[in-house]
Amino acid sequence: MIEKLIDVLRCAGPGARQWHQTFLYTTDDDGATVATALRELNERSPLFDVDGVEAEPIRWECSCLQRKCGSCAMVVNGMPGAACDVRLSSLRGKRVTLEPLRKFPLVADLVVDRQVVYDRLRDMEVWLEREVELPKGRRNADAYEASRCLQCGCCLEVCPNFAASGDFGGMAAMVPVARLLAETDADERRRLAASYRSAVFSGCGKSLACRDVCPAKIDLAHLMSRSNAAAVWGR
Amino acid sequence: MPGRVVIIGAGLAGLSCSLTLAREGVGSVLVSPQPSERAQSVMAEGGINAALDLMGQGDSPIEHFYDTMRGGCYLADPNAVWGLVSEAPAIVEDLRMLGVPFQTEGGRMVQRPFGGQRKIRTAFAKSSTGKALVTAMIDAVRRYEAQGLVTRMTHYVLSDLAIRDGACDGAWVSDTRGGDTVLLAGPVVLASGGLSGIYGPLTTGTTVNTGDVAAIAYSSGVELSNLEFVQFHPTTVPITGKRMLVSEAARGEGGRLFALRDGKPWYFMEERYPELGNLMPRDVVSREEATVMADPSCTGQVWLDMRGIGRRIWRDRLSDLREECRHYLGIDPAKKPIPVEPGIHYSMGGLLVDEAHRTSVDGLYAAGECCSQYHGANRLGGNSLLGALRGGRVAARDIMGHEGLLRDAARELSGATRLTGFSHASDDKVDPSMPLACDRAADAAIRQALTESMGVVRDGPSLEGAMRALEGIDAHGCSRRLARRKGLAQAMVASAFSREESRGAHWRTDFPKASEGYHALTVVRTEAGVPVTTLRAIPEARREDGCPDPHGGDVA
Repeated sequence: MIEKLIDVLRCAGPGARQWHQTFLYTTDDDGATVATALRELNERSPLFDVDGVEAEPIRWECSCLQRKCGSCAMVVNGMPGAACDVRLSSLRGKRVTLEPLRKFPLVADLVVDRQVVYDRLRDMEVWLEREVELPKGRRNADAYEASRCLQCGCCLEVCPNFAASGDFGGMAAMVPVARLLAETDADERRRLAASYRSAVFSGCGKSLACRDVCPAKIDLAHLMSRSNAAAVWGR
Repeated sequence: MPGRVVIIGAGLAGLSCSLTLAREGVGSVLVSPQPSERAQSVMAEGGINAALDLMGQGDSPIEHFYDTMRGGCYLADPNAVWGLVSEAPAIVEDLRMLGVPFQTEGGRMVQRPFGGQRKIRTAFAKSSTGKALVTAMIDAVRRYEAQGLVTRMTHYVLSDLAIRDGACDGAWVSDTRGGDTVLLAGPVVLASGGLSGIYGPLTTGTTVNTGDVAAIAYSSGVELSNLEFVQFHPTTVPITGKRMLVSEAARGEGGRLFALRDGKPWYFMEERYPELGNLMPRDVVSREEATVMADPSCTGQVWLDMRGIGRRIWRDRLSDLREECRHYLGIDPAKKPIPVEPGIHYSMGGLLVDEAHRTSVDGLYAAGECCSQYHGANRLGGNSLLGALRGGRVAARDIMGHEGLLRDAARELSGATRLTGFSHASDDKVDPSMPLACDRAADAAIRQALTESMGVVRDGPSLEGAMRALEGIDAHGCSRRLARRKGLAQAMVASAFSREESRGAHWRTDFPKASEGYHALTVVRTEAGVPVTTLRAIPEARREDGCPDPHGGDVA
């Protein structure tokens, strides 16, 4: 049996005080994830914390529950990840701390507003203006790998160079551009390359902190190396 | 062209509609509870069908038409299906030009076999095709967002349709983060995904696909159809809190289903269906599985054996699927069979639409899984992504062909005071995937009634029992959302009860054969809170427009 104290950093809304509230969660299911615990806690009616105080349902976002959509990204025991990807049995100790991603404006409890990620992609003009040919071989593989990005924000959470208010788009910008760089030639590529250099290449301090947190396990180092070659070194 | 189109849902159908409009300079607003990356479309895995004939088998749209009609047990509108299959190659070509990294081998694009096909026609991107398509469509639409042609209202949900005198002039949408409810004027396209979520967490879908949009439309008097046809996918595995789908691509690439009979593997699909074997349409495979699981000479379990798939296929085509099985099931499918069972996956039924994706209410359209179109009594794998993309296109084209729709709706709602009769409950402002305390017991009762009566196999007494159970649910004190869900569930059960035959995904032990009298659509609407079902004729194939004979491909 798994028994955990789920410690949630709560917040009623933007600007409100954040505070910790702890819930006891037990399960016989070895496959239970952080998402499982949150769903089952919210099914309790009424929901009581460990002190016997009645609690409001925990605000969080989820959708696919199979790490295909990136909705449930949060910070679990200090590490960003998808709640549906983190098994409770993999976490040491009895206490599990859940916090919202810190790089984005807080909405409530574990919900943040990741709109800045989409705004950045729009400002970088991450789209195609011309039709492309189907990429072959290694370029096809790179485009596929990049198309898997969940836009969850986990990579940005650990990045020492990313700030929502800054100019650096982080890997959440690098990966979508990498897809297009793998597919384009000539003028279109020049436009995207310029965008890449200013919003990605010039801001990345190469800390590689992002490498191990991607829930989709995208090979960020490889895509960045390929994109650098295409957009910076002209190879 | 004045005005803009209101699109409820930002998955593939919504994106397709928005992009089609934007390319012609027409604006739209995309309303969704979460960004497009979180839509259920990203979970589609195996591929998209189009008769590109890349595998040298002499495939053509006519072959695609025959397979789709036969797979749907001839309950789809043949003219709509002919439109779908005829446009499919252009749709896939458009996706390719948008940069979808379809699988190539030896420098050329390839296709894979899928269920119910007599020619290989499923284009794919490993086993994450839906994700690859959504990514490319998001990028394509982003270009028009920057131009101001597409506006996104993310974390908003449909609260009400502004329907008066049989016409829809707009939609009320509510901010799930506690903000306002606002009225958006314009023709409305519902692209909200399937209804399966009303069954609760026992499906392969997302937590966001609750069926609430269809429930709102139904409660507003919009006609729904074929709600009895719920697809059970034959290879799902229960995991914590939901079902995991093992893509049909697993069988397309060589996976085999077996049961242990008298201690020995029995490849029942191959024995019973020599031509297509494991790749029979999903309704057939799921029903055979249910039969085998109930067979006392078997162990009650069916297995998917992928051990015969070669290393190159695993690496080049199924790497995502293998990783998923390892992660969520703790099984390496290349080394060990996976225990599988039928699981709720797709709604063939939904909002009744015509060929142009118009619902029964003027100015209201529906596209993608939330509508009932193309798939008849059973959808073929690879036709859902195609149907979503085409539905969005067709709705957009029809709206643009009726300029008055955009202009009139905008004018009608310019004075919003005319709509003060609408009230909006606070539950509209809550994320639909968050349970409301007041609803829990009633929601659980709805799920139980549906699960017990509308499984792979149904019968009259169970359906009658479910109708009584649903009637007995006291929605007093529940949210408006819950009351509407109850209405939709009643409509589903009433539809299933009214169809006294077995066809496609609707299998009744008390009426085990198909009946010509039911070669028709089940249409359901609410009258004074009671579901009223009728049968409606399926349109004849318009041969003069080139539509083939639906039975032309039948094997004698």
